Amino acid sequence: MKPRTRRFAWIAAGVAILGVAAALVLSAFQSNLVFFFTPSQIAANEAPQGRPFRVGGMVEAGSLVRTPDSLTVRFRVTDTAKTIPVSFTGLLPDLFKEGKGAVAQGMLGPDGVFYASEVLAKHDENYMPPQAKDAIDQARKGTTMKSLHQDSKADR
Amino acid sequence: MIPELGHFALIVALLTAIVQGTLPMLGAAMREPRLMALARPAARAQFLLVALAFGCLAWSFVANDFSVQNVATNSNSELPLHYRVAATWGSHEGSLLLWTLMLGGWSFAVTLFSRNLPAPMLARVISVMGLVSVGFLLFLLFTSNPFERLVPAAAEGRDLNPLLQDPGMVFHPPLLYMGYVGFSVAFSFAIAALLGGRLDATWARWSRPWTTVAWSFLTVGIALGSAWAYYTLGWGGWWFWDPVENASFMPWLTGTALIHSLAVTEKRGAFKSWTVLLAIVAFSLSLLGTFLVRSGVLTSVHAFATDPARGVFILVFLAIVIGGSLALFAWRAGKVGLGGAFDLVSRESMLLANNVLLVVALASVLLGTLYPLFLDALNLGKISVGPPYFDTVFYPLMAPAAFLMGVGPLTRWTRTPLPELATRLRWALGVAIVTALIVPFLLGRWSLLVAFGLFLAFWIFATTVVNLRQRLSSSPRHGLLAKLRANSPSYYGMILAHLGIGVFVVGVTLVKGYEVEKDVRLDTGESVALGGYDFKFLGVTPGPGPNYRALTGSVEVRKDGRLIETLAPEKRIYNASGQTMTIAAIDTGFFGDRYVSLGEPVGTDPTKIDGAWGVRIYLKPFVDWIWMGAFLMALGGFIAVSDRRYRLALKTRAARVFGGAVGNVGAD
Repeated sequence: MKPRTRRFAWIAAGVAILGVAAALVLSAFQSNLVFFFTPSQIAANEAPQGRPFRVGGMVEAGSLVRTPDSLTVRFRVTDTAKTIPVSFTGLLPDLFKEGKGAVAQGMLGPDGVFYASEVLAKHDENYMPPQAKDAIDQARKGTTMKSLHQDSKADR
Repeated sequence: MIPELGHFALIVALLTAIVQGTLPMLGAAMREPRLMALARPAARAQFLLVALAFGCLAWSFVANDFSVQNVATNSNSELPLHYRVAATWGSHEGSLLLWTLMLGGWSFAVTLFSRNLPAPMLARVISVMGLVSVGFLLFLLFTSNPFERLVPAAAEGRDLNPLLQDPGMVFHPPLLYMGYVGFSVAFSFAIAALLGGRLDATWARWSRPWTTVAWSFLTVGIALGSAWAYYTLGWGGWWFWDPVENASFMPWLTGTALIHSLAVTEKRGAFKSWTVLLAIVAFSLSLLGTFLVRSGVLTSVHAFATDPARGVFILVFLAIVIGGSLALFAWRAGKVGLGGAFDLVSRESMLLANNVLLVVALASVLLGTLYPLFLDALNLGKISVGPPYFDTVFYPLMAPAAFLMGVGPLTRWTRTPLPELATRLRWALGVAIVTALIVPFLLGRWSLLVAFGLFLAFWIFATTVVNLRQRLSSSPRHGLLAKLRANSPSYYGMILAHLGIGVFVVGVTLVKGYEVEKDVRLDTGESVALGGYDFKFLGVTPGPGPNYRALTGSVEVRKDGRLIETLAPEKRIYNASGQTMTIAAIDTGFFGDRYVSLGEPVGTDPTKIDGAWGVRIYLKPFVDWIWMGAFLMALGGFIAVSDRRYRLALKTRAARVFGGAVGNVGAD
């Protein structure tokens, strides 16, 4: 091979690999980004139907209901302005508690219930998942509700 | 008194580090031997001072000194002794101190194993490490003082996060940091070489063993973290593409690329600028990783807002280190030649392909990790990039890398005739294909992904055997032992690390292909069948622990009616924090794990523990091969650096440098 041909082969191979990689990355990125919505945004119909997304907020105290003879639970997630009912089948994480923050990933059903495939709780008891905290902050900014009794410990 | 002593030691360490970072460097520039001679004692003194500070902090933890803020926040008098020691690096401040201690330790090691380095080179290397140390000590002293007092003192500590009360906490962070910080040596060698204007094979030979050791530590550190997540979080996964994991994985990918490109630079004098760039990038990513994990940015980019001093300091420090070294690179590296030419089929081209693939993979991980942070920081919305993204991008990029790994070691430098290569690889290819077609049937279910994964793994095994046989048969010596001994440890290290990748691929493939996961609701006495086993739940019994109350479940595992074992998964409620932890019961085996963990009571009255429970049952075939593979890789690295030529060669090389002669000894 002449040096020029060789150099060309190198460059072509490099461009091909990078092209394939870029295509892979972009298509994977496109289809796997998971967006985050607050209960208020869902109530305002901003969340997509038929595509997974995340919702976060506080688990409303007293809202947790177990379905007998199965692992299905229902609870409501609130950002203090709006709430959304969530249904989940499986084992809840250790740190999942009523009155504490939680983030769920799943899809919004036609019945307005959020069917979670995953409930996230990678946090300790003093700490609120940032997305859950943001949902509440946003709702507080957006509404003029005066009586909020949030656990201030959660803001630590 | 002890915390103040530690604080004082840190201040003196900072002053020593300033001396270490400036005077030897100045001496190297002015060719002043007396200033250069300061490098060794300064680095050693700095290490001892930081070690003293670290000892003081550890003592405060062991002695339950709750008048120290850090101790009061991260420990508790009920905490067992080994976790009190581990709690030293359980906080942001403590982990940064550990980082600085490691940096001092690596500098100390450089002063010990550098007898043959030319004085200006050593002076510059130690100075660069000193400057990095200055950055960390400033950060510690001005924004994250681990010795801050709490007035009035707390009566009791808030306890170490129960998630961290695990043997993993004792080993994982120190080993991981050994790896992270170890790349600072390669980085310092690169910067020193750029400053000295001498980027030759000698430089590569000096950095190689340091890079390999750092990489090996990082490999073990990451593997331990992965194993820890597997058994402690109760989710049974071994890798989540979590930003915290990615932060450690990115330096690993770069380090792997660096090891391979250093080989080319050392043996052929090629890829010089590229190797220097990789050394800079590897350490920059280590820094980035440390800060990503430790600054709280990952939990929320707005965490910076709570302590702006820290955020600003981190950004400025990263900008100086990364920007400064890249600027130096742009300024000096242009003078470096490209090295010898090579053919499209040659060992150089194989290693180049390895580097391109690894760096592209690195870029994709970096994008997936940082993109959500950027969006969030710019208030453009909240997104998360989940495992599917990384899986789709990463596996297709690594599959060709694994394939080329079989070919690479069999190629020759500069040029390899393709027909000759094809003849050598013929039967390896045959073995790999046949195995890939048959083994999935034996395991129960054939699928394309499993077949492909096994093909890659057995391709690596078979080509390694071909390589070894060729080496042995071409050796002039007689007798197997003599033939085996004729090869260098670095060769066996390479072989072992590559086999480790093969073992790892087997583990990943078979877990992905054949794992069985089930969450079920089980009443006392009820059983469930899964993957040929019967799991019978016998209920839970409460019992005490050292600093927690435990609920221990009992699950009988039977196969064909015969009792195999009784697994005892636990639920722990920690006294100090009231936090609950799930401890899975895992029966580890060579061919796979049986994994049982408890959810929570799901009976009609969830406060009663003697009713039905949510139980998670997993069968994870060959999962331990994942970590076994990683340990083989690390072992390979450690064996490779035991090579005598690094010590002997250093002497001859150094002599040659002083003699002013230029030459290349060539491949061994």
